[in-house]
Amino acid sequence: MSEAAAPDVAAPAITVDGVAQGFGGREIFRDVSFQVANGEIFVILGGSGAGKSTLLRQMIGLLPPSAGRITILGHDVARETEAVRRDIGVMFQSGALFGSMTLLDNVMLPLTMFTDLPGAARIEIARVKLGLVGLGDAAMLLPAEISGGMAKRAAIARALALDPPILFLDEPSAGLDPITAAGLDQLILELRAALGCTFVVVTHELSSIFTISDRCLMLDKTARGVIGIGTAADLRDHSDNPVVRAFFNRKALT
Amino acid sequence: MSPARLSVAEDGGATVIALGGELTAAGLGPVWQRALAAARRTRSASMTIDLGAAEALDSAGATLLIALEQAFGGTVEWRGLTERRRGLIERLRAAIPQGPLPRPSASRSAAPGFRQTLATRIAFFGQTVLAALALPAKLRFLRAADFGRLGERAGYQAVPLVGMLGFLIGMILAFQSAVPMRQFGADLYVANLVSISLFRELGPLLCATILAGRTGSAFAAELGTMSVNEEISALTTMGIDPETMLVLPRVAVAMLVMPALTILMDIVGLLGMGFVLVLFGFTPGVILAQVASFTGPADLFLGLVKSVVFGAAIGIIGCRAGLTTGGGPRAVGEAATSAVVGGIVATILLDGLFAVMTYRLGI
Repeated sequence: MSEAAAPDVAAPAITVDGVAQGFGGREIFRDVSFQVANGEIFVILGGSGAGKSTLLRQMIGLLPPSAGRITILGHDVARETEAVRRDIGVMFQSGALFGSMTLLDNVMLPLTMFTDLPGAARIEIARVKLGLVGLGDAAMLLPAEISGGMAKRAAIARALALDPPILFLDEPSAGLDPITAAGLDQLILELRAALGCTFVVVTHELSSIFTISDRCLMLDKTARGVIGIGTAADLRDHSDNPVVRAFFNRKALT
Repeated sequence: MSPARLSVAEDGGATVIALGGELTAAGLGPVWQRALAAARRTRSASMTIDLGAAEALDSAGATLLIALEQAFGGTVEWRGLTERRRGLIERLRAAIPQGPLPRPSASRSAAPGFRQTLATRIAFFGQTVLAALALPAKLRFLRAADFGRLGERAGYQAVPLVGMLGFLIGMILAFQSAVPMRQFGADLYVANLVSISLFRELGPLLCATILAGRTGSAFAAELGTMSVNEEISALTTMGIDPETMLVLPRVAVAMLVMPALTILMDIVGLLGMGFVLVLFGFTPGVILAQVASFTGPADLFLGLVKSVVFGAAIGIIGCRAGLTTGGGPRAVGEAATSAVVGGIVATILLDGLFAVMTYRLGI
């Protein structure tokens, strides 16, 4: 999010073009295409098994798509994975903190590996990042000593360590109580305001979707692809798709 | 991209720290310490930070600016501070934790003491024995499929390794003892030496080492992962005791495969010895007659009894290591290590006990 490094604002941060995924003959989705603008909070939603996490794994370069192409800030994810990795930060669903390191060491790891900052500077930056997610006092705790909500916050701090322009969050509010989840939503909005990053968030929490999203994309298991894209209010009020309407109105499909 | 640049100047009683280039985590390395030192040294009444030439500012850069401000201690005058940069600095300033970094708590590194460890082990042995005694009432907790699966991994899949090691050990023993014994014209007695040591000692002992390395560690890792994943707690809350469902089948399988592996080890060991002695010019018939005249079923049987006991010890120790796995990412690895080390040590100790007993009993 450094100003000079920020590319043309009009150019999309992420372009997904005709992406498909199948596992051993079983097709998860096909022909998924969308763009994420710079500074946008883009939510991927859908029921269990719709392929939300699969799409996310494709976007962060962990899973090569069976077909199609994903570009992040002008770099092809499949071919220029290294360049893409420098531009993204990822928070995994479980947090995926390194259990043998304190939270401070977890956040410092990318700084140690990729910058030549002196030790005191790395500690200072890591403490600020932890302070930013509200974990200033927990710096010396181990991941086993903190709660699930704190682990997710710490994982966000680690993803932020090098100030990547794009952050991917996999189910930030899953498994959290409503108050902690709402706190995390606020944090995402605050981080965007302070750092100006682009967010791609996978979730199925309605309250989250309405609080944070600029636009959403809805995937569906039976349709094997996208069944709606637009702002949350738009999808709720104007979608023709019964699954989308049921989702936004919390109704069971009969 | 251009790396960060720093220049410090005096301007009418005020110190001006000018930072240019990319003030980002990637570019700040060379100037961080110098900038901080300059801000600390400043004795003038006011300090100005000039960002006019800064091309980029990320949160690492903003952290440095805040650190400069704190190092100076007074009010800082800013130049080239855009609205966006000011916002970032304000937001980070609110986030900086106050006070020094706390020390990590010491309690977490404390490993359980020797007494506690010994107590856990004895308690586990007792639990296993109790579970075995209570087995008739809980037979339904045993699953037949477990025995096949565990037996295949512990026994059948170990056959190539046991076969290869046994043959090599037989050959090596025969060769190493045949060379000196030939000086006394006693090289035929190599057959006695190798066969008796294989049947009574080396067969069960080597098999136990292989079992501890292959199977004891696998038990520990498998049960350890289950324990970390709370699967053991799930079993306990369902009213199924893990001793019966998980430990007894494993111990039983270890006891069952050990005699079979030991017999295999004995046979291929003799074959390896025979191979060397044939090269030394003896006919297979002579070698076989020599073995048969010196060793009897009692030696073989003693070896098999030992192997069953070793198997039980390795099984129990492996499962104990797995079920008492602590938290944390290293726990499963430590459990596997403890299973192998404990298994081998227990085997040697038991072997010593057997040596005393057989000597006393004159077997």
